[in-house]
Amino acid sequence: MSGSIVIKNGTIINRTLQLVVDVKIENGFVAEVGKNLKGDTQLDASGCIVSSGFVDLHAHLREPGKEEAETIETGSRAGALGGYTALVAMPNTDPPQDSVAVIDFVREQGKRAGLVDVVPSGCITLGRLGESLAPMAELARAGVTFFTDDGNGVQDAALMRRALEYARGLGVTLAQHCEVAELTKGAVMNECRCCTDLGLPGWPAIAEELMVFRDIELVRITGASMHFLHLSTKRSVELVRAGKRDGLPITAEVTPHHLSLTEELLGSYNPVFKVNPPLRSAGDIQALKAGLLDGTIDAIATDHAPHPRRDKEMSLDMAPPGMLGLETALGVVLAEGACEIRDIVALMSWNPAKIARIDKTHGCDVAAGNKANLCVFDPELTWSIDINRLASKSVNTPYLGRTLRGRVRHTIFNGSPTVIDGQARR
Amino acid sequence: MKHLRSIDELGLDGLNKLLQLTDHMAEINQRPVPKVPALRGRTVASLFFEDSTRTRLSFETAAKRLSADTMTFNVSTSSVNKGESLRDTVATITDMGVDAFVVRHKSVGIPWQISAWTTASIINAGDGAHQHPTQALVDCYTIREATHAQNFAGMKVTIVGDIKHSRVARSNIQAFSLLGAKVTLVAPPTLLPPDISHWPVDVSHDLDEVLAESDVLYMLRLQSERMAQGHVPTLREYSEQYGLTQKRVLGLRSNAIVMHPGPMNRGVEMQIDPSDVKNSLIHRQVANGVSVRMAVLFELLGSGSNLGGQA
Repeated sequence: MSGSIVIKNGTIINRTLQLVVDVKIENGFVAEVGKNLKGDTQLDASGCIVSSGFVDLHAHLREPGKEEAETIETGSRAGALGGYTALVAMPNTDPPQDSVAVIDFVREQGKRAGLVDVVPSGCITLGRLGESLAPMAELARAGVTFFTDDGNGVQDAALMRRALEYARGLGVTLAQHCEVAELTKGAVMNECRCCTDLGLPGWPAIAEELMVFRDIELVRITGASMHFLHLSTKRSVELVRAGKRDGLPITAEVTPHHLSLTEELLGSYNPVFKVNPPLRSAGDIQALKAGLLDGTIDAIATDHAPHPRRDKEMSLDMAPPGMLGLETALGVVLAEGACEIRDIVALMSWNPAKIARIDKTHGCDVAAGNKANLCVFDPELTWSIDINRLASKSVNTPYLGRTLRGRVRHTIFNGSPTVIDGQARR
Repeated sequence: MKHLRSIDELGLDGLNKLLQLTDHMAEINQRPVPKVPALRGRTVASLFFEDSTRTRLSFETAAKRLSADTMTFNVSTSSVNKGESLRDTVATITDMGVDAFVVRHKSVGIPWQISAWTTASIINAGDGAHQHPTQALVDCYTIREATHAQNFAGMKVTIVGDIKHSRVARSNIQAFSLLGAKVTLVAPPTLLPPDISHWPVDVSHDLDEVLAESDVLYMLRLQSERMAQGHVPTLREYSEQYGLTQKRVLGLRSNAIVMHPGPMNRGVEMQIDPSDVKNSLIHRQVANGVSVRMAVLFELLGSGSNLGGQA
């Protein structure tokens, strides 16, 4: 689609402004915001919100290595349909993202797909094995700003301390998957009454909280900045809240599924509900929502984790953890009614763009001169998933049969529409 | 009744119904030719992904005494070793024409997952540490037979050992409680699940304290790998604290019953030969296993009336 685009009659949500206007896009940028604008293409946005495009801090795109589950292209398309214009690609690929070659490959595949900015994260440790540091400076020079061993927590406290010290010199963010592995051997679900009844090994909250505590204290002595991935427990929220009160440079995210689904779902014996960290209790959900409201939690991130059908047809203990998230995140979060629409834009766009250090091009106000990475969504539209129409290559969504509220109508990436009227353009 | 997967799903009515039906089956088993044509033409497939002696053999015997055809799936020589998925395995056997699967698997929930992949009835013969409903039926029937009690109101049942990893415990706690018994669990805290505040049980860590007031003493097997996992420091220490010794047998009430689901770990939880225990029902548990499993198969696959005749 060439020429100018005008998004008509949407309500733009910016940091200090909210009003119904038209938005004109030209040459990849927002050209003008005002009334009665004209362009070569018009996209209706009446009743819709126009915001900066969403940024996911936590997407498993599976390429290279597990293209049976997802490719960078299919994951990008799922992201675009979810209103995303940038995805931070998790490094647990095969080979893992611990070398410049793999980082470049992931970024290039993202460009080839051309549907979102694919922002490769780097490993903290070589091979995500937790034994020695990955070449972080080299990776940082290749543009990596976000490092994590996600899927694994860095178990060795001394190594994590070194990583934080080293990162401070590079001006990058480290992100931790908080899980003390000794406490979660064989764990399938939250340690709770339900796991007692089912006879399944439990994943206790303390296994997350111990590492949250440890890393907050490591940040305190190193001064490096640190992001906490997928927080899932009440006490984790309290620890991060206290750390922020002390002025430490820490941020945190929560997933839509940890805000909406509880541990009892494992009683259906359906591995689609197995995820790491596990679904927790209603009390944990309440605490996570409170954390969203008071700013303890900075971002909503999907932890989009596609798995082929055959892997999720294994037993609960053998099936890999993880669920889809990109196409449903907005609809789940709005259906939960956890916060105001403006907060959702902050949690899904402004804040994560800043944490990923891509805030020059993403999460910017909808204003003339800014890069046109935009999301137009109807916050009231209710819908449910059609499993045959998912853009993702996998179908392991836990939201089948649920009513979601709020749906992406158009997504604009780099000035071009990737989604129009809920349909992917490419 | 379509499936038998857990005591919870069975409920009190289902439990009583199967126990009554077991009486009929026990009668058949007393006959000179213990075989009836009730399930002629029906096929029962055994799908055992875990080792078993008594459960597997008693199911096969039960099926044969009801004239069902049996199909035995041997994991070690099956296509599972060629990487065939469980779903494909189940679909393949279903295609051959099977009316019921008897399933044992180390993983919790497999019987429910399989139910979605086949039209056949599913009988859970043990899934991980979750459920073993036919064992609970056997144990309830055996207690009823010994005590002539229709329900267990006022009865004190003490279950001793590795509750945490035991599917027998989970099924039996539910079944005994449904029938009105008061259940006490005895174990070190490391062998109890993390939170059992919602279970209808009392808990003790001292076997000697509860011995004298138990009507039924139910001993569980302690697997030796629990030591390597740090649940108990040594088997010797466990055995001293929680094993059934001659001295403890003497501390039991004169009419108290001793049970064990097998296989026993002699020298660990059983420090005494069961034949030296006056009221041991361990052999009755095995014997009743066939009758109970006949009742289950007949309830799920039978036409409701056809229990007469000679095969």
